[in-house]
Amino acid sequence: MKARSPALQVLLGVAPILLTLVAATAILLVAGANPLAAFGQIISGAFESPRKLADVAMAMVPLLLCAAGMLVTFAAGLWNIGVEGQVVAGALATTWVALRLNAPAAVLLPLTVLAGMAGGALWGLLIGLIRTKGKVNEIFAGLGLNYVSMALTNYLIFGPWKPPDGATMSGTDPFPRAAWMPVIGTSRASLPAILLAVAGIVVIWWLLRDSQWGLRLKAVGQNENAAYRLGIRTSREIVLAFMVCGMLAGLAGSLQTTAVYRRLIPSISGGYGYMAQLVVLLSGLRAQAVPLVVLFFAAIQVGSPRLELRMYLDSSLGGVLQAGTVLFFLLVRGLRQRLSKE
Amino acid sequence: MKRTTLFVLIVALLVLGSVVTACKPAASTEEFVFGVVLVGPYNDHGYSEAHYQGAKYAETKIPGARMVYLDKLNSADRPGTTLEQVVEEMVAEGAKLIITTSDDFGADTDVVAAKYPDLPFVHMSGDNVLTGEAPDNVANFFSKMEYTKAIAGCAAALATETGEVGYLGPLINDETRRLASSAYLGCRECWETYRGGDPEDLRFVVNWIGFWFNIPGVTLDPTVVANDLFNSGVDVLMSGIDTTEAIVVAGQRMDKGEKVWAIPYDYEGACEIKPEVCLGTPYFNWGPVYVEIINKVLDDKFEHEFVWHDPYWKDLSDEDKSYVGFKYGPALTEDQQKDLEDYIDKLADGKTKFFVGPLNLQDGTAYLADGEKATDEQIWYLPQLLEGMEGASQ
Repeated sequence: MKARSPALQVLLGVAPILLTLVAATAILLVAGANPLAAFGQIISGAFESPRKLADVAMAMVPLLLCAAGMLVTFAAGLWNIGVEGQVVAGALATTWVALRLNAPAAVLLPLTVLAGMAGGALWGLLIGLIRTKGKVNEIFAGLGLNYVSMALTNYLIFGPWKPPDGATMSGTDPFPRAAWMPVIGTSRASLPAILLAVAGIVVIWWLLRDSQWGLRLKAVGQNENAAYRLGIRTSREIVLAFMVCGMLAGLAGSLQTTAVYRRLIPSISGGYGYMAQLVVLLSGLRAQAVPLVVLFFAAIQVGSPRLELRMYLDSSLGGVLQAGTVLFFLLVRGLRQRLSKE
Repeated sequence: MKRTTLFVLIVALLVLGSVVTACKPAASTEEFVFGVVLVGPYNDHGYSEAHYQGAKYAETKIPGARMVYLDKLNSADRPGTTLEQVVEEMVAEGAKLIITTSDDFGADTDVVAAKYPDLPFVHMSGDNVLTGEAPDNVANFFSKMEYTKAIAGCAAALATETGEVGYLGPLINDETRRLASSAYLGCRECWETYRGGDPEDLRFVVNWIGFWFNIPGVTLDPTVVANDLFNSGVDVLMSGIDTTEAIVVAGQRMDKGEKVWAIPYDYEGACEIKPEVCLGTPYFNWGPVYVEIINKVLDDKFEHEFVWHDPYWKDLSDEDKSYVGFKYGPALTEDQQKDLEDYIDKLADGKTKFFVGPLNLQDGTAYLADGEKATDEQIWYLPQLLEGMEGASQ
């Protein structure tokens, strides 16, 4: 493999995003809209004021946590499609604590966080056991459990946890105030939530880079059989990887209920589990690149409603931007591999 | 290299983009901006589109009125986006009125409205003003679909040959109970009056799927439920859900040679899916409601009130005046339509037994005494289905 210049490396890294912009420009031109104005709206909608920055920061929280968790399972060579269910499990455990325990905020809030992490870890444990004991591929285990978590949420919202005046798709009644994560001033940014997310990604970055455990995980990821022969208890490491990932994803679900919606809603996970998959792929499995990719996704999420509000464009365009990025990422990766072979 | 050129070009475009948006045109002084929040896509051919069209209509009727809207506000389509964020954006756009159009937005509307005490909010299909939960700057508006459901029920009675009418229900709550019951009352009265039938011989069965539309794995499948109803002997199927399964299934069975009919719901053009089986459609006409609300705000007459509009009886299909409508379907015979028109006239004059006693609830407890007329509140909070109806009340 020949060495490539740093400039080319960076260019290949941002190429998917650039290509997406080109494609989006073409779509906008066909739709008869001004592409410059449209991109400008997204950018200003995401960054023009401290309030907007706060919204972007909050949008980053669940993605950062899910992506951090997924770095762990990717390191162990696992395709953990079950992050979605782990987010939900964390949200369910948190909701149980928030609705059923009567305690002051100083006690209740830490408990909601712990419950969320425990719920997600438990869900991860299930996937891990099905994978290691049941010899079922983790993709099927994870996907199956995602559906179980969805059904469970709907059962709880339309059953035991339904509001006194009837169940609706808007979810449970709002949590008692003691279970609301505090926010900064009149903004929607919750400092504890942001700090937890930052801690999550930093800890995972450190674990994978510097710890023995990280090394063992990578060994498992490279070659499970060889790792086993070298004395690594691979089953244990795999289950552990799922549980650590579940803890982080569960924390994401927990914070969505206590810091964003302040109640449990039917699709609490909102697809973050799947989106995190894309984030991790786009960051090339490098923890230090994750925040940048997450920032890109979060900015589009926060900025794109303006396409509709100000330009009367269908705001699905935000989704097109996100999905297009992934598509072009795959194309560029193929291109990269070709370049390396030359 | 070419790729570098492209990179520079795009960065340049992006920078330009932010400059262009910085100088956006100033709003004209006459403008009145109102925000509309939709739960589904603005072009869903159903509930959300009806609202969108209503707002568009208001734009044409009130000079200077301009809608800003956001559709698909639900956590599946827009994870992490809350009503509060949307309202903030709309206010930044200059919105002087916010209309939230889904039952689901009820609790959030109250919370956000409390943060903007000087901004009028209207929540549609909620009753938080009645229950006292809503802050002073919130109003509820809704229209009496109950009447057009009764008309639909009458059409079912006029057409049925087996004497068995099915109702494809969504989830069970106050609204859906009273709508299904309204359909039953219209059906029973026309069965007696125009068909000379005995109410004992009329079967009216409600099957609930569990939500407003099909969610695989969560609700019952409306296609299956519709077929089950037909298999049980029903030959007219009324829809109470947001989507079109009732008329689709009826159409398929008609194509196989069965004599069946359907009555869709919500969207004025719903019969077009299969005109030959369609007896008619009760639908919402939000246009005049939006005009009324905007005018109230403009004239400084906006109030903390719960408004529940009657139809415009002189002409149910008057798009400027009637808040709910009934569109006759092609499957209705001429004689049937005459009877139906007669029933509508009587309904308009209050000469029918629509929510007039004696009337019992499904479990036999008395609901209205002989000759007693239900108040709006009694109808709004109907606690069970009515005696004579088949199907779950809770």
